[in-house]
Amino acid sequence: MAVSERTTGTPQPIGFSRSTLGRVGLVLRWIALLIAVVLFLVPFYLILRNALSTEQDITAPDWTLFPSHLQWSNITELFNDTTVPMARALFNSAVVAILGTAGQLLLASMAGYGLARIPYRHADKIFYAIVATLMIPAAVTFIPSFIVVSSLGWVSSLRGLIIPTLFSGFAAFLFRQYFLGFPRELEEAARVDGAGYFGVFWRIVVPNSLPFFAALAAITFIGNWNSFLWPLVIGQDSSSWTIQVAMSTFITAQTINIHELFMAVAVSILPLVLIFAFLQRYLIQGVTQSGIKD
Amino acid sequence: MSAPAKASADPAAPGERQGTRRRRHKGIAGNALWFWIFVGPFVVGLLIFSYLPIIWSLVLSFFEAYNTATPSKFVGLRNYVDMLTDHNFLSSLGTFTIFAVFIVPLTFVLALALALLVNQVKIARAFFRSVFFLPTACSYVVASLIWKLSIFNGVRFGLANTVLGWFGIENIAWLSTVDPPWYWIPLVTVRLWLQLGFYMILFIAGLQRISPTLYEAAYVDGAKPGWQVFRYITLPQLRATSVAVLILNLIAAYQAFDEFYNLVGNVNYARPPLVYLYSISLGSIQDLGHGSAGALILAVIIMIVTLLQNRIFGFGKAGD
Repeated sequence: MAVSERTTGTPQPIGFSRSTLGRVGLVLRWIALLIAVVLFLVPFYLILRNALSTEQDITAPDWTLFPSHLQWSNITELFNDTTVPMARALFNSAVVAILGTAGQLLLASMAGYGLARIPYRHADKIFYAIVATLMIPAAVTFIPSFIVVSSLGWVSSLRGLIIPTLFSGFAAFLFRQYFLGFPRELEEAARVDGAGYFGVFWRIVVPNSLPFFAALAAITFIGNWNSFLWPLVIGQDSSSWTIQVAMSTFITAQTINIHELFMAVAVSILPLVLIFAFLQRYLIQGVTQSGIKD
Repeated sequence: MSAPAKASADPAAPGERQGTRRRRHKGIAGNALWFWIFVGPFVVGLLIFSYLPIIWSLVLSFFEAYNTATPSKFVGLRNYVDMLTDHNFLSSLGTFTIFAVFIVPLTFVLALALALLVNQVKIARAFFRSVFFLPTACSYVVASLIWKLSIFNGVRFGLANTVLGWFGIENIAWLSTVDPPWYWIPLVTVRLWLQLGFYMILFIAGLQRISPTLYEAAYVDGAKPGWQVFRYITLPQLRATSVAVLILNLIAAYQAFDEFYNLVGNVNYARPPLVYLYSISLGSIQDLGHGSAGALILAVIIMIVTLLQNRIFGFGKAGD
């Protein structure tokens, strides 16, 4: 696990050189770093600036760094606009992201545990059948999946948005790898006390694996909240739009003002910014765990 | 990130298995039952939502299937031939190729540069890492919206044109100018902004796995700090990470959809494969036969490229 980064920082090559050249390099590096910081933060600044501006401020020919006054009423304007089902879209996104994440973790963790710990003759074959799905590029499957989901009559429904996304072969794979490394002694102790697989899993394994669950949950939640292609395919009427589909629809439409749209953006990224603020440690673990498959 | 030591040192396994059997009174059958209780729901879902769609799609690709998922007219390989000779499909593959040529090397170099910069600062490192990682919180829709309506909107109040205006440069219609193809600038920068932080995190993790003793040894051996150390220590040590970054990035680029759809829409000059497949199979005419054939062709291309990349870079051989 990640040891506190301050202690593991590699000795920097610049640390060895005390020459003027080294010092110039150091200054250049700091300049590069600060320019990068500004470039990365500009879009966030634009969200806030536009979300709290009047339309005149945004479209004025002369660029202003700050709006002439902060128009907080843009929030109420957004939610009172009957042409934009923003509240409904936020609700849909919340349901999709929460149930999708919970369902995916539940299914994948149980499958991963079964594959890692329950001896069964055909376990290997099942495992290979799951890993094989990792070979199929995810986005290419939207047409085939649409065919199945439309046959089930799930188009434009929350079921259609959530259920097909629950079965992640990659998540099951990660859980299996993780549970293979889970200390067996803990499970043994519970088993001696008479617990079966179910009891061991829920009372010992899960409570002792919460950081791993949190890491995968944070990534899955963000992925679900920001997902666009599948909700676009499934959300064929506005009652089933997620927030991403709703915002996308109004990028080109004339029915919404720019300041309103940017207020929608600000509201839509709020949950994720909170996750970043409070769960960043888990998030970074999740990225490093799922980014490199080994 | 895992603790593999436990799994290998495993003399207790047979005993544990017998113990389970004794308590459960059902032996192997009990284990099989529990295995299916744990794994069954997942496997059933995978069959319905992964395997069934692929098989169904494979079948559909041999049929004429307009607005129906249960077609009756078998056309053999015609859908495949149509797609492989379809000018629009081929040009969408061309669009992807140009996109990949820009995005893959740029992402690699810039993400590595950010990782090196962040890893070298001694103060406020967590702050810098967070700033570069934060765009990961935004969706492609959100970023496209900012890019299209506030930075590259092509009119006077857009940020890009405002900045160029300071230098006396005329307004540029970023997203609709085909000659020169200015639209690539928003399309590439939006993805860079969104994904650099993610790959930077992977590189930082890789950098922190490099043993400090290697750098000390290089110093003792008289390697010049800076480029020489980077070239002969850092870069080779990052091999596994680099390969992972390249592969993930290329696969993601093949599946580009969100920013193209939201920034330029279904236009013939910048239409990647997924936008084209979306438009023919889920647009006004739902041509699921050609759509399925195109999706399968694309899937095969991606798999071949992935395998080739693995072969070329020897993925898995060079653990770090």
